[in-house]
Amino acid sequence: MDVLTLSRLQFAITSAFHFIFVPLTLGLSILIAYMEWQYVRTNDEMWLRMTKFWGKLFLINFALGIVTGITMEFQFGMNWAEYSKYVGDIFGAPLAVEATVAFFLESVFIGVWIFGWNKISKRMHAWSFTIVAFATNLSALWILLANGWMQNPVGARLTQIVNNPLISQRAEMADFLAVLTNPSGWLKFFHTTLSGYVVAAFFVMGISAWHILRNNELRFFKLSFKAAAVFGLSACLLVILTGDFHGVNIAKTQPTKLAALEAIWDTQKGAGISLITIPDEANRRNAVEILTIPKLASLLSYRDPNAVIKGLNDFPKDEIPPVSATFYSFRIMSVLGIVMFFIAAFATYVSRKENIEDYKGLLKVAVWSIPLPYLAGQLGWIVAEVGRQPWIVYGMLKTKDAVSRSVDVTQVFISLICFTLLYGSLGVVDIYLLSKYGKQGPTELFVKKEA
Amino acid sequence: MEYLQIVWFALWGLLWAVYFMLDGFVLGTGILYNFIGKDDNEKRVIINTVGPVWNGNEVWLITAGGATFAAFPTTYALMFSYLYTALLLLLFALIIRGVCFEFRGKSDNPRWKSVWDKAILVSSFLIALLFGVAFGNIFRGLPMDAGGYHGSLFTLLNPYGLVTGILFVCLFTMHGALYLSLKTTDDLRERARATAGTIWGILLTVAVMFLVYTYFATKLFDNYISSPVLFVLPLIAVAGLVGIKVFYAKGYLFRSFISSCVTILFVCFTGIAGLFPNLIPSNLDTNYSMTIYNSSSSFLTLSIMTVVALTFVPIVIAYKIWVYRVFREPVTVKEILTDTEAY
Repeated sequence: MDVLTLSRLQFAITSAFHFIFVPLTLGLSILIAYMEWQYVRTNDEMWLRMTKFWGKLFLINFALGIVTGITMEFQFGMNWAEYSKYVGDIFGAPLAVEATVAFFLESVFIGVWIFGWNKISKRMHAWSFTIVAFATNLSALWILLANGWMQNPVGARLTQIVNNPLISQRAEMADFLAVLTNPSGWLKFFHTTLSGYVVAAFFVMGISAWHILRNNELRFFKLSFKAAAVFGLSACLLVILTGDFHGVNIAKTQPTKLAALEAIWDTQKGAGISLITIPDEANRRNAVEILTIPKLASLLSYRDPNAVIKGLNDFPKDEIPPVSATFYSFRIMSVLGIVMFFIAAFATYVSRKENIEDYKGLLKVAVWSIPLPYLAGQLGWIVAEVGRQPWIVYGMLKTKDAVSRSVDVTQVFISLICFTLLYGSLGVVDIYLLSKYGKQGPTELFVKKEA
Repeated sequence: MEYLQIVWFALWGLLWAVYFMLDGFVLGTGILYNFIGKDDNEKRVIINTVGPVWNGNEVWLITAGGATFAAFPTTYALMFSYLYTALLLLLFALIIRGVCFEFRGKSDNPRWKSVWDKAILVSSFLIALLFGVAFGNIFRGLPMDAGGYHGSLFTLLNPYGLVTGILFVCLFTMHGALYLSLKTTDDLRERARATAGTIWGILLTVAVMFLVYTYFATKLFDNYISSPVLFVLPLIAVAGLVGIKVFYAKGYLFRSFISSCVTILFVCFTGIAGLFPNLIPSNLDTNYSMTIYNSSSSFLTLSIMTVVALTFVPIVIAYKIWVYRVFREPVTVKEILTDTEAY
């Protein structure tokens, strides 16, 4: 394997791992802020205990989100030096703004929240977590504006650099406002953060259901379940909606990605979607296409049933992404989205009743559904990043031209192994701690504390 | 254009200096943690002294990195790829240090705790050492020319790099000992205070070695000879170093800690002023030095970043000061035993 392949593999593994922790942080921060404000408002100790219990799980997850994020910042320079040189004038800015504007807020106020229970007023304490929730989501906005720019490089000007031994050309910032208002970035922001809310909702619903099934702390977990179900249902709905708009945006900005995620090989007017499709990449066609709903793909991506969708065979061969990976990821993500919507809808309906504990089937489904939104999120990133290939910046810079030139195979091979081992161990520790504290429930947590 | 490049050179230096000043005492605390904390309660007290602030302090590093990326992308790209293996080690140390505090208290198993205790020591020490080695090599210049970079992890571990590494370790350990002597009570405080006294002598020796060695191993002093006014920077660093001891001897530990802050800041400023206009000089062919002129962002990007930095960094400083005020009291064993949320 060469430096390029290993670097891509390493980036894939480290960013996928990072994104195990980020979505829960995004959504759970909002749920916990809600719980703490309920406590401030009602003075009901139950809400305080909920804040502390879910807060404990939040923090275990949060620690790993932070440290795996540092890796991302390092890797752009370490493995993707040519990329960083080429786009740094534009891409560096949102990252630096993210650190200055959002990450500081988040990291400072999480410290206040953890250690400040007896140092500041109740109200100020709730504000601390509200700031954390706000900053976490703001942080996502800047990161996704940066990623959105890679998908749709607006506001850039290609510039030749003369008399400089270190660099000969790069993309320079021409219009910062365009980068800030990039629709690809904003759609990505809404779609991604909302999918994080779904992760958090299913996490809270699942753990609550586990305890309700065991008759632990019924009032505590019913309240948690109810809050999470409503939150999850709204988030599911909005994820689907933003996903739909995102599709329209992709049709406009990334035609190769659109063709790959629908597995459309030949240019078609009024393209349909086949419920069962098996792409055959070697022969550049679909091996199976049955149960076709006519005109649906055109309708969804162009809002016009007769719109023309350009097929993969009509693009240069070296400019189309891996079709199967993009297509299957998109399909499974979409199906999961719909499945989760129905689970959340049913959960919301049931959570309004007094006897949630009698709906054992739903509760069991809720427990087993915890991984679903995680999976959907990972698949979503595969669609976004694999579907953009062979470009690292769509239409501007290819991934193969972006990799560091001074790094050799041995270095990346060793780092890849080290990352895998370190991340593997951290992942095990994290799952161990989450399940330990999740299963233990709030009762034990507080009894132990008083002893 | 040129003035903005100079502004960003100064901000770049300032961000790194502030990062070292703030994370410095957390790293120093981590290095001393196992030696000063005699039992589990005392160790927990130590963690709780840095607990509320360490995360926010580390963000200065992320910001310094982000600012390098945004303002000097070519430097960011080349430095990170040239120093690949060293930065990988640093990154792993940062990752491990970043989870220690959170994970250590999550189980009462003594073996679990002992693993994280060791991890706190090793990661804190490595971070301090590796940053020192990295900056020592930046001061010294990297072997770069038309053929790219001609070094490896082992070329970085040259005597000058190592001396700078040891200097950083000593500076931060001193800083951490003073921080702990302000933030703890009773026996623990006494141990921290005594440690600070012992380290000062070692720090002084290493600092003198570093200063002399710098004269022979780097070109940092060229700038000082052409503009002697710059000598005020190392003089303040030395004054800080002396101040640590003077205030310490009189029992003014807070002032001693402030002197330690001044020392760290001005050691960084001394080095960085000597680099100007280089960010990373080449010690093979100066045409390939990374300077503020050949590796900066465009005028527009630098202007935008200036507005962002001048607006938000003061806000950050304001709320950080508030946080330090909220947590100004020393942490006691009694307090962590009664506070249900303490680490």
